[in-house]
Amino acid sequence: MRFERREHRPIALVIATPLIAIAAALVLAGILIAIVGAPVLEAYWLILKSAFGSRLSATETLTRATPLILTGLAAAVAFRARLWNIGAEGQLYLGAITVAWASSQLLGDLPGIVQIPLLLFLGALAGMILLLVPLWMRLRFTVDEVVTTLLLNFVAVLFVSMLIDTVLKDPMAFGWPQSQPVADAAMLPKLLARSRLHLGLGIAVALAFVLAFVQSRTVFGMQSRAAGLNPEGAVFAGVPLGRTLVIVACISGGLAGLAGAVEVMGVQGYVTTELSPGFGYSGIVVAMLANLNPLGVVLAALFTATMFVGADGMSRSLGIPSYIADVIVALSLLTMLVAVFFTQYRIRR
Amino acid sequence: MSKPVLEIVGVSKRFGPTLANDSISLSLAQGEIVALLGENGAGKTTLMSILFGHYMADEGRVLVDGQELPQGKPRAAIRAGIGMVHQHFALAPNLTVLENVITGTQSLWSPKLRSSEARAKLLAISERFGLKVDPDARLGDLSVGEQQRVEILKALYNEARILVFDEPTAVLTQAESERLFATLKDMAAQGLSLIFISHKLDEVLSAANRVVVLRGGRHVAERNTSETSKAELAELMVGRTVTRPVREPSTPGELVLEAAAVTIRSDGVDRLKAVDFRLHAGEVLGIIGVSGNGQHMLAQLLSGTRSKTAGDLLLYGKAVDNLSVTDVVSAGIGRIPEDRNKEGAIGEMAIWENAILERVKAFSRGGLVDRKAAIAFAQTIVDRFDVRGGAPTSRIRLLSGGNMQKLILGRNLIDRPRILLAAQPARGLDEGAVAAVLERILEAKRQGTAVLLISEDLDEVMALADRIQAIVGGKLSPAISAEEASARKLGLMMAGEWTTEVPHAV
Repeated sequence: MRFERREHRPIALVIATPLIAIAAALVLAGILIAIVGAPVLEAYWLILKSAFGSRLSATETLTRATPLILTGLAAAVAFRARLWNIGAEGQLYLGAITVAWASSQLLGDLPGIVQIPLLLFLGALAGMILLLVPLWMRLRFTVDEVVTTLLLNFVAVLFVSMLIDTVLKDPMAFGWPQSQPVADAAMLPKLLARSRLHLGLGIAVALAFVLAFVQSRTVFGMQSRAAGLNPEGAVFAGVPLGRTLVIVACISGGLAGLAGAVEVMGVQGYVTTELSPGFGYSGIVVAMLANLNPLGVVLAALFTATMFVGADGMSRSLGIPSYIADVIVALSLLTMLVAVFFTQYRIRR
Repeated sequence: MSKPVLEIVGVSKRFGPTLANDSISLSLAQGEIVALLGENGAGKTTLMSILFGHYMADEGRVLVDGQELPQGKPRAAIRAGIGMVHQHFALAPNLTVLENVITGTQSLWSPKLRSSEARAKLLAISERFGLKVDPDARLGDLSVGEQQRVEILKALYNEARILVFDEPTAVLTQAESERLFATLKDMAAQGLSLIFISHKLDEVLSAANRVVVLRGGRHVAERNTSETSKAELAELMVGRTVTRPVREPSTPGELVLEAAAVTIRSDGVDRLKAVDFRLHAGEVLGIIGVSGNGQHMLAQLLSGTRSKTAGDLLLYGKAVDNLSVTDVVSAGIGRIPEDRNKEGAIGEMAIWENAILERVKAFSRGGLVDRKAAIAFAQTIVDRFDVRGGAPTSRIRLLSGGNMQKLILGRNLIDRPRILLAAQPARGLDEGAVAAVLERILEAKRQGTAVLLISEDLDEVMALADRIQAIVGGKLSPAISAEEASARKLGLMMAGEWTTEVPHAV
């Protein structure tokens, strides 16, 4: 048996790949559910029902998908150019705390129409800066950004933790370590009344379309793809490698910072160290599930959010720990990697 | 002749509609070197894959010492004493030589590596065949030639008696190739039987006793090397008479590019040392030299990917400092890179994207790529330069080396460049493609393009260049004219033997 590179990738195969991968992951997770002794199909039905069964749960799932779309896009755009940004989590937190700081200390009196765009920009800017540092180290000293971005996550989270326990601590929070809240005018408008669903979802989906367009139609998109696929070839063709990576880093870090900003301004209103249940890391899974396609990211984020929200509800009914959602998402990343391999190779004997 | 150690009898293999091997027979005697000659796609690799049990033949048998080899069983082939030296080495760069050699030879479950026995055996083999290598060196630190030696040693360590070399010189320099041929002859003299896969005629003639020519999956001819010639083999291989194009004398035009005492330093070493050359419109200036003597730096300088440390570069009479790729392309300099796959193309991108990437500004407006115009441009190249094997929207990786090179030539020549930089333009191509590529270069010269040809192929340079300079250790010899050039003289120049008395023809 040997593997042979496929000459052509039929479009149907490319579309079927994530579906097959997810199905395989569900089958594998089903074995675990069966081992625990719960009815597998009922468990999956309950996951679906808990995620979409009511107006409340559906909006909750979409709210949960919002930061995942943004961090998923952040990973997808960076990985396309072979910039291994594992630091979306830290960038998210820095974006979040920047927004909380700016709104509570500086811009709180501005009307929403001015303040909101300004805050979103500042949040994105914070994420950018946090990614530009490791990129600079890579370009200047060839330091591997996988390590630096990953470690900066801890630096950023601890930095945020320090701020919300000291200078930015909310005096009205009964001693809990949480930041001072953003101004009311800084809260994103709701998309639906009586729900947590906010404008952030619209922003995230719109950005996915913008990014899809940029990647497939623009000179920058073409150059960043070339830089990712074959840096030497890209340099020979005159692609400014450093500049391209800097722009990619700005987009990627910006999106992750924006995820933090949107989460604060749309949902919580303030920052705690529990703001993100690993949105930055899940974004990597989302990007891989989407095969780095920006529009695919929206769907993959929706799937991931469904699992997380649904598993919570399911676990209440069946007593299966909600960690099963993590297992399913992790398994689907593995099956996706295998499936992507088979879109590129075929088995020959 | 002694009885054959290896017989391939009537092997056929079909892949979908193509018949990759059509009833091929071949025999190999002990102590013999047989060359398997054929163009890319002639069926050489398929045949060897069947021999190794990687593929099952549809028909036919493989016999070793008269015993039939079970099909589709690589282990059986290894046990029967068949060894392979791959073109792309199957070695681990982070292990030592010894570790690489014994990998796969000992049971996974044995408690410890029996490395002292292995070392003794390895040293004995390396002594016997004169393949010197330090068993404790890390493989990644070795040169390509040394790595190949390790690959050979590994096969010998596995008691191989029949060795297959898959295009072994593709990665070697001229000097390393010659050393390899000496080793091959030595191995054959000691009773090993060798199959040597190649599409290079010179090598086949100098290394093998017998040549089997494959074409289109069929065994078309068999010759003793003592009774054949390069011309005959070329014709057999290609199926028609191929003549490599030869220059016709011409009068050069104006001076377009001049280098005066250009030096390039990299990593603290002067890779190019105060070189001088002058390039005129409508001439071919050949830079000959064994690779690794600084020609890569020279090519990069003129490609816009490296800047000079000192000296002057005059382009169209104007001093230029550091050229970027965009400057170079917009100044009408066409560039054929030394390494098609690394620099010349981005395999996973479409043919049309590869066609326009270096001039993407011309095919975009407001930052948006004009796909339609770009695809049309690529289609024109495909048509005019006879690029076969893919539409503009297919990935360029699907093209064969020759067709990829035609596309690269096409994107450079289609707009009639004033200067063409051609670095090893025919390297790794089969005869038919070589002729096509060289003809295009001469055609460009006739139309007034100044061509700088960097090559390590003596025949190629003598056939094309109007003036020739040798590059040795980063230094460039004075130019001699084509009329003064002889293989002997160029050989001396490539060895660094030039004197100031060599007449300077301009």
